[in-house]
Amino acid sequence: MASSSCNGRFAGRGPSSVVDVLESEIRAVLADRLPVEFGRARYGAELVLHTTRDSLLPLMLALRDSPALDFAQLMDVCGVDWPERPERFDVVYNLLSLTRNERVTVIVPTDEAQPVPSVAPIWPTATWFERETWDMYGVVFAGLADLRRLLTDYGFEGHPLRKDFPLTGYVEVRYDEEAGRVVQEPVKLTQDFRSFDFMSPWEAMTSLPGDEKVHLNRLPPPEPAQTEGDKP
Amino acid sequence: MSALSPTEDLTPDLSPTGPDEADPPRRIVEVDSHTINFGPQHPAAHGVLRLILEMKGEVVERADPHIGLLHRGTEKLIEYKTYLQALPYFDRLDYVSPMCMEHSFALGTERLLGITQDIPERAQYIRVLFAEITRIANHLLNITTYALDCGAITPSLWGFEQREHILEMYEMTSGSHYHANYFRPGGVAKDIPAALPAKIEAWMAQFPKFLEELETLLTENRIFKQRTVDIGVMSAEQAMAWGFSGPCLRASGVAWDLRKSQPYDVYERMEFDVPVGRNGDCYDRYLVRMQEMRQSMRIIRQCLDQMKPGPIKILDNKIVPPKRGTMKRSMEALIHHFKLYTEGYHVPAGSTYTVTEAPKGEFGVYLVADGTNKPYRCKIRAPGYAHLQAAEALSKGHMLADAVAIIGSLDIVFGEIDR
Repeated sequence: MASSSCNGRFAGRGPSSVVDVLESEIRAVLADRLPVEFGRARYGAELVLHTTRDSLLPLMLALRDSPALDFAQLMDVCGVDWPERPERFDVVYNLLSLTRNERVTVIVPTDEAQPVPSVAPIWPTATWFERETWDMYGVVFAGLADLRRLLTDYGFEGHPLRKDFPLTGYVEVRYDEEAGRVVQEPVKLTQDFRSFDFMSPWEAMTSLPGDEKVHLNRLPPPEPAQTEGDKP
Repeated sequence: MSALSPTEDLTPDLSPTGPDEADPPRRIVEVDSHTINFGPQHPAAHGVLRLILEMKGEVVERADPHIGLLHRGTEKLIEYKTYLQALPYFDRLDYVSPMCMEHSFALGTERLLGITQDIPERAQYIRVLFAEITRIANHLLNITTYALDCGAITPSLWGFEQREHILEMYEMTSGSHYHANYFRPGGVAKDIPAALPAKIEAWMAQFPKFLEELETLLTENRIFKQRTVDIGVMSAEQAMAWGFSGPCLRASGVAWDLRKSQPYDVYERMEFDVPVGRNGDCYDRYLVRMQEMRQSMRIIRQCLDQMKPGPIKILDNKIVPPKRGTMKRSMEALIHHFKLYTEGYHVPAGSTYTVTEAPKGEFGVYLVADGTNKPYRCKIRAPGYAHLQAAEALSKGHMLADAVAIIGSLDIVFGEIDR
């Protein structure tokens, strides 16, 4: 049994300076060969790389294989749906470097038709994460050997985490005594799903005369270091 | 449950002339290659795992886990709930270690709100205290049911008694036996009861003895070792490629613990060791968990010693509700309460990937906020998800009974895997 000694390794370095160092080192490795936009998330504390479908694999290989970066672990892949954008899906990869003790987020925009190259040949763990993204959003991954649904039911149709998929779904199942099996039926609700609009008219009317102190109660807006891609 | 896989010689003759066309009897029956449907209702499946095993005799050739039988659409539901309403869903992910699941979401929301610096010290101590209590509860369940999978019944009978003490601590503090809903963005829901430290002390006084007794049952147990040593070996490189984290990664010899390397709350003040395995087999995963329980005891002890009285949530009533007593007297407090429990608070637009060292490994929440009172996207990264995916790589070439040992050693819980 050994014990780790990485405690307080970054004591004295603020989070943003660590991110700045990481960004400059990634820039040095990439040397402008790939179209990568650097951004920040969470008030500058997290590094986000925006790239394109075509340059995803070379970027990932560079991040994993260059000894200076060593992002050996892919922790998470997920989709985000932005229906108002021309390419409505973001595929988000969260990488971890154990030797550097740092994380980086890679975001690739795509739509329903254009396949994203699969990173499963680079990290075998990506298979399930990509299958789930296909299942939930309908993002197609090129080169993924096993593009089956993962979490939804056998024979499920649709991609439930899309913003235009209703929360209640389209079908419900019940056990049919006569048929002796589980049957699927269109969903029947005794009450409509209630969605309240909390972006209240009071907030749209920002300059109500005599009520200026309402602004004191609002949360401060995000700092300008926010990445463009994180805004709706 | 087994079926003969149709080889070319066994396929029924469907030619129009029928089988009576004088074919020489060339039936070569291949009995040793077949498919087994393991689960979804099987005690060793640890929930609702359906595992399709392709066997060559008794040797696993391919293992295809089918998951999603417990899929409840948590991530979709969270998109329709306020941040406060979303929190109880996290208890229901890894339901054997609920508070550790809340931890990631609470930290992530705090980071997006920009209030990480303001969390009172006592709240951070309480969260670390309960994260470690939860870790012991989780490992107790895993180790003892794992022993059950390998044929030892006594550990689970003993372990559940200890686990029940821990759940009583849960109940004293949060009012709920399992689904605590206790860690909140901005602190914790309420202060720990005055009787809790004494109860923890009393429990800690007898727990090391229990651990020793548990070890005498398992660690040198010949049968247990035969079932676990050199079974399901994962090298460090493989473990990293498969996205392992937590005890499973440490068992493969990687000294990586988020509590040490990326400390959150007051973990940087805690002194504890990170147990690391050497071989990456099922036995090492068991050993790492046993040691982690001892280290968790050290952290609990330090939390109890260092904790000082003080506030347990931030003072900003735009994010945390006011005290019940104040509401009886203050109109403003009443309005705050009403607004918080109807509209909730608005979180500035942004995104974060926030991780904590849950008992099973890296539990991450990728949270995208769009400035409204509901998360725009909340992806839950469950450690067991990555571990279960490697079940095929781990069990290939092993016997059927070893597949059970491997699944047990990965510490999977379907609440978090299926979400």
